[in-house]
Amino acid sequence: MIEKFDPLKGEMLRILHPDGLVEENLRPDLGDETIQRLHKQVLFIRMMDQKALTLQRQGRMGTYAPVQGQEAAQVGSAYALGKGDWVFPSFRETGVLYMRGVPVRDIYLYWMGDERGARVPEDVFVFPISVPVGTHPLHATGAAWAAKLRKEKICTIAYFGDGATSEGDFHEAMNFAGVFQLPVLFFCQNNQYAISVPRKKQTASKTIAQKAIAYGFGGIQVDGNDLLAVYAATREGREKALAGGGPTLIEAVTYRFGPHTTADDPSKYRKEEEVEEWKALDPVIRLQRYLAGRGLWTENLEKKNREEAEEIINRAVAEAEAMPAPQIEDIFRYTYAEMTPVLKEQLNDYLTFIKERES
Amino acid sequence: MAKRNLVEAINRGLMEEMERDSSVVILGEDVGREGGVFRVTDGLQAKFGGERVIDTPLAESGIVGTAFGMGVKGLRPVAEIQFEGFLPPAMDQIMSHVARIRTRSRGRFTCPLVIRSPFGGGIHAPEHHSDSPEAIFIHTPGIKVVIPASPYDAKGLIKAAIRDPDPVLFFEPKRIYRAIKEEVPDEDYTVPIGKAKMVREGKDITIVSWGAMVREALRAAEMVEKEGIQAEVIDLRTLSPLDEDVFLDSVRKTGRAIIVQEAPRTCGLGAEISARINEKALLSLEAPVERITGFDTIVPLLKLENHYLPSPERIIRGIRKAMSF
Repeated sequence: MIEKFDPLKGEMLRILHPDGLVEENLRPDLGDETIQRLHKQVLFIRMMDQKALTLQRQGRMGTYAPVQGQEAAQVGSAYALGKGDWVFPSFRETGVLYMRGVPVRDIYLYWMGDERGARVPEDVFVFPISVPVGTHPLHATGAAWAAKLRKEKICTIAYFGDGATSEGDFHEAMNFAGVFQLPVLFFCQNNQYAISVPRKKQTASKTIAQKAIAYGFGGIQVDGNDLLAVYAATREGREKALAGGGPTLIEAVTYRFGPHTTADDPSKYRKEEEVEEWKALDPVIRLQRYLAGRGLWTENLEKKNREEAEEIINRAVAEAEAMPAPQIEDIFRYTYAEMTPVLKEQLNDYLTFIKERES
Repeated sequence: MAKRNLVEAINRGLMEEMERDSSVVILGEDVGREGGVFRVTDGLQAKFGGERVIDTPLAESGIVGTAFGMGVKGLRPVAEIQFEGFLPPAMDQIMSHVARIRTRSRGRFTCPLVIRSPFGGGIHAPEHHSDSPEAIFIHTPGIKVVIPASPYDAKGLIKAAIRDPDPVLFFEPKRIYRAIKEEVPDEDYTVPIGKAKMVREGKDITIVSWGAMVREALRAAEMVEKEGIQAEVIDLRTLSPLDEDVFLDSVRKTGRAIIVQEAPRTCGLGAEISARINEKALLSLEAPVERITGFDTIVPLLKLENHYLPSPERIIRGIRKAMSF
């Protein structure tokens, strides 16, 4: 499939159309029950994201980078991964984190300004989100390299946006991955804007996918609001990587419905009509249409799904907010394997200051 | 004359320089249509057009590297790096080329480039948005480092930086971007680079500071006045080249000094200031030079951030320690 859709010819993989109809000949091996479950997860992420925005507005959370509009790109790709695969996310990957087993409480905790939320459970292979744009495709490449040298049957995946493809590190990652034929997936969510700068000002290339060609491997553009297409391309890229076929670049064409972060006002740089056009391609509604067409979606079921999600989300928020405050020692504790004498001195001096102040 | 905050003052300074000199161009991420994420370049693209206020692709090394090329070829570029935490990709360009071109070409090529970047903590920002990396650049010969602490100085210093024949890293204390308003004249004026300012007079102890910490130092000075301690506060304004005369003269008068720095303690500018006091004013000292600083750690996220940032209370503790020595 990756070879069949040529980005240079403007060919984009789409399997599930906005009206809910499916290209049966391209349809990946996903049963309707699975799709129903994935729809539930897509919906969950939408609600979880909305909750974060509400918390931020209420002053209960710090700056947050919302994910709405990109749920299918995240769920479809994350679902295509194997349990042992390593994920290197950017800061807009709430959906990926959730899909890979990062606890909802911890995702919230992190954005509430508590580093304890950045520590993932032992059996979860998700790196801390990368705030510096475009730096982490190199890390995914290095981890894939290690897996190859250690003969582990896994792949790695780097998630980044269209803006990241302008950074030098992105190109170095692509080049290394191509030269050493590494099992890494470069997953670009082209959501059309890097804060205010539109995709067409980011690169003179017609597509981002075609950049892979220059580095000697395959790139494919997929409809990023089509969960089935995203899943199919990621699945194929992963199989290829595990078979020793090297890296793949996947450009998921999507749109961020919300601001860059809660600190940004998108009305300064894009028109409401444009947002409305994309909302007609809403990935959540598209899946709903598909399921409804097969008698697998009803308003009652939707209501039940929403209620279930709300309960989990509210519980996670309550747990995050009930966490005792992090300790002052935590500022120092993880700087090195062992706290250095100078750090011990600084910590002790500060704790003494706190005691003096309280007495 | 109008009251302006730091953001408005820098905006005004940039606008005046662009009007005065058609070789001044601004480039960076989101500086054009968006007017910068902190609105420092607000309205400038509308006024001067997209060829002079340029939204670049998202690439810091690209921004500084091309601005360097513009600078050696006759323009006066003002490059914006959106947050100090995104300076590292541009470090190769800054350290290997921008700061060295005058030396490397024996004066044949020079680069009158300004790199603006908001820096420092205190705004409850995400990771990589709260650092104070000024010492790295002070430690880089060939580039000047300027940090305003008031709107008046901000306008005068950005104008001086643009007119300076050498590259200038212009750090903007984001915590006080909108915290202070004062009279900022519409007339053309500059504040000289390389000159510190005494912002509060006192006879008992000298507090040396810069950026957002000047405000904290002034608060501490006011609070200890009730205890009968008169603290003199110095705002360095330019960190490289360092104006040592102002703080050395002050220390010779007061006999005591503390340095307030938000950056990590080890090898911060405070260490250099302390060394110079020891070298040149040792016999005036009646107590060891105190440093109130950030820790030698990563700046924590918002739940712990206030512990990291030097507070008036920590400064007062340092003052009392020096006074009771």
